[in-house]
Amino acid sequence: MADRRRVSVTINGDTYEREVETRLLLSDFIRHECELTGTHVGCEHGVCGACTILLDGITARSCLMLAVQADGHELLTIEGIAPNEEELHPLQQAFMDNHGLQCGYCTPGMLTTLLEFLRDNPNPTEKEVRVAISGNLCRCTGYQGIVDAALDAAGRLRGEAEA
Amino acid sequence: MGAKAMGARVRRMEDPALLTGRAVFTDDIHLPGMLEAAFVRSAHAHARIRGVDASAAEAMPGVVKVVTTADLPADLRSVRVPFQVPNPAITQPFQQRLLEDEEVCFVGEPIAMVLADTRYRAEDAAAAVAIDYEILPAASDCRDALADDAKPCHAESDNNLCAEFKLGYGDAASVFAGAEHVFEVSLWSHRGAGLAIENRAIVAEPDTLRDVVTLWSATQSPFLVKQNVVDMLDWPADRLRVIAPEVGGGFGPKTVYYVEEALIPLCAMMFDRPIKWVEDRRENFVATNQERDQYWDMALACDGDGKILAVRGTMIHDTGAYMPWGIISPYISATTVPGPYVVPAYELTTRVALTNKVAVTPVRGAGRPQAVFAMERLLDRAADGLGIDRAEIRRRNFIPTEAMPYSFGLIFRDGQPMTYDSGDYPRCQAEALALADYDGFADRRAKAVVEGRHIGIGIANFVEGTGLGPFEGATVRVHANGKVTVYTGGGDSGQGHWTTLAQLCAEPLGVDPQDIAVEVGDTGKIANGIGTFASRIAVNAGNSVHLAATSVREKAIKIASHLLEAAEEDLDIEDGRIFVKGVPEVSTTLRDVARAVRGMPGFSLPGGVEPGLESTEYFSPPQAAYCNGTAVVEVEVDPETGDVEILKFAMAHDSGNLINPFIVDGQVQGACAHGIGNTLLEWMGYDDDAQPLTTTFADYLLPGAPDVPRVDVVHVESPTPNNPLGVKGAGEGGTIPALAAIVAAVEDALGPFGIALDDVPIMPGRLTELIDDARARTG
Repeated sequence: MADRRRVSVTINGDTYEREVETRLLLSDFIRHECELTGTHVGCEHGVCGACTILLDGITARSCLMLAVQADGHELLTIEGIAPNEEELHPLQQAFMDNHGLQCGYCTPGMLTTLLEFLRDNPNPTEKEVRVAISGNLCRCTGYQGIVDAALDAAGRLRGEAEA
Repeated sequence: MGAKAMGARVRRMEDPALLTGRAVFTDDIHLPGMLEAAFVRSAHAHARIRGVDASAAEAMPGVVKVVTTADLPADLRSVRVPFQVPNPAITQPFQQRLLEDEEVCFVGEPIAMVLADTRYRAEDAAAAVAIDYEILPAASDCRDALADDAKPCHAESDNNLCAEFKLGYGDAASVFAGAEHVFEVSLWSHRGAGLAIENRAIVAEPDTLRDVVTLWSATQSPFLVKQNVVDMLDWPADRLRVIAPEVGGGFGPKTVYYVEEALIPLCAMMFDRPIKWVEDRRENFVATNQERDQYWDMALACDGDGKILAVRGTMIHDTGAYMPWGIISPYISATTVPGPYVVPAYELTTRVALTNKVAVTPVRGAGRPQAVFAMERLLDRAADGLGIDRAEIRRRNFIPTEAMPYSFGLIFRDGQPMTYDSGDYPRCQAEALALADYDGFADRRAKAVVEGRHIGIGIANFVEGTGLGPFEGATVRVHANGKVTVYTGGGDSGQGHWTTLAQLCAEPLGVDPQDIAVEVGDTGKIANGIGTFASRIAVNAGNSVHLAATSVREKAIKIASHLLEAAEEDLDIEDGRIFVKGVPEVSTTLRDVARAVRGMPGFSLPGGVEPGLESTEYFSPPQAAYCNGTAVVEVEVDPETGDVEILKFAMAHDSGNLINPFIVDGQVQGACAHGIGNTLLEWMGYDDDAQPLTTTFADYLLPGAPDVPRVDVVHVESPTPNNPLGVKGAGEGGTIPALAAIVAAVEDALGPFGIALDDVPIMPGRLTELIDDARARTG
């Protein structure tokens, strides 16, 4: 129980070194040790998807991983998506333009999940988007704004890629 | 921009902080020296507590204290949650104590609170607290709970009937005695939990030097929390400030006050340490209020043309072990039945049953979806029985638009006679039918039949009392630097109050909404407030902002007329400048006016000038503003798997004038998703001992993106005459008819099997069972 290890994790380009209990969840490490509280926790049993982060570019539920398992890996969280303090990433902008969020609590998981999905599927159908986010629960929007945002963002990102 | 703000599709100003992770929710607060709490909760639905042994837990590493009843100040050990909304019909208003040490009445009732340096250690210790229970018989099913030989859910009582009331008007009995046609239904209507993705969360920061506590809570109602905490703890009102920061969804359960909200600030003061508690998901299933079961036995009398003559029946409502919100939910159910129809006589007897489960308080829709289900099922039965089209029978019974305002003899939950203020019910249904291409459905069905597919269509109408009082208030302040801030009481849990209220302030004040800051949900920022529930903020806070901003405008123009030496009626405001109409170069700014009314130290203000360019207004609606709408749903059912796919969801929605259609569309779409989950997926199950069975998202299923279709929304705007903006609430309308419309569509799709659907949710297993039975019957 009191077993402690030193871990070093890169999050959004910054390295965080902490000595933590081996049982510490990665979600709690990110939120409470590193104080990057943009990643949210909704169920702690891997269903709601709010805590989804990118681990070496692949989505992972940070509530289903231990912090020690992330040792030496690179993470991206919601705080690292925008290119700078003033601008939003095209996916974030699309969420704003399509009312893709209401309370914003599921949003970190939606954004990380869609970042990965749109990278791998630059021109998805609406149905593919719905399946892609089927592991992320949203109680506010009824998903339509999120789906529209994802399709809108796909167009913007394709435009960027061509430019 | 100012003049065009009302009705504009303004993008949400809340979004950038939420999209970049900068927004602060309660669990995001980290304070130096903060302790974390974990609760020891009852493992049994009903038990006497013979003893609590916390000695092992208190010896564990990091544990500061295991707080039990005995550790509380003597005068608080037996104090109970203040009774919020009394009603003469309530005979047994049981309320919770801060911590229980005698008799626990539901799984999840708090017995002890562990305080430790980390949450992990607090949970370790909570597991080590030994409780000696004497298990008592539990009431689980609310119908059984009302049986003569039922064991009481509270040992001090001898029965479980905690309220009974009869509502109605006209002489239903004699109408039924002579009626040409009578149609009956027996319904089980199960409404689930709210299940915001953010669980409840509380942080209390004590300041013993100043004798004050700041309480952050993920609540919809910071002012109600404050009032209840100071009442329950007998504190001076000024000791507590409650802040609802970003709140990750509410949906009703976060409206009501919970004992944790008093216990945590109390212990923060006792131990002089900040304390955080964040509910986990299992706790949310067992210890956060939910809605559950209603059983309806209803009958409709009509003539041969399907004209309604009377509706009557009985309903049993499961209220759980305690009644923090009285009988609001079943009362709303009982008053919602007649809906948009002319019902000449109505009579409903409602019995409210105590059960050994967590309390039932409103979840989005607040008892209305169940009532609409009852009324619409009756109309479908009548239509089918008389061979009248389901849309046509409704058309024949609508309250005509020219009859508005329309009263029919019930008293609503707001204490006022139910008087529908405005609305065009026939048009709403016509719009929804057109949107769903109802007339083309016969062709679509014919084609589907050829393809061996089962499709069906369903219709449901509703009327919903929104914008309930007593009031909400707003302060609009132009600071001396020219910046504008709006302060109001009700917190935001996704509704976009910042944006909407900024729009309403912008219009009279002649400034861009983007230049207005809005502060909500903080008892330290405005003297009085209530909360964000009952679809009430647009009406209450919206009109308060409108009135306060209008008053600030008048003040600004008055001062400017002195500064510019021009008549008030010759002045206008735009983009923060006050100018003489037609001579825009003769102008001043809101900033200069705000500075002028601050005056100069030692000098008198000009006569008639109040200090500060600001105004506070409280809007108190005279009665509910009645929103209405129609849902038309088309589904395809796979009879082999019981899977229901929603092919089309059309919604005509009338919430009066729209402040921001971009936001209202989102509210309607989201509300429909709640109705879809409620109908097809969600079931909060308990076993015969009232032990909860569905306490994870793997057991209790919420709708995901593939389950929820795009909802086509058409807005009909019938402004209410009862508030200056003509607005009504829009937060729940989508949820209310969804259940009835979907069930009707599924039943229609399964027409060839002759199945009557009277129970919700209609989960796949239940549907295939009914289909198999039907096949067996017909061989």
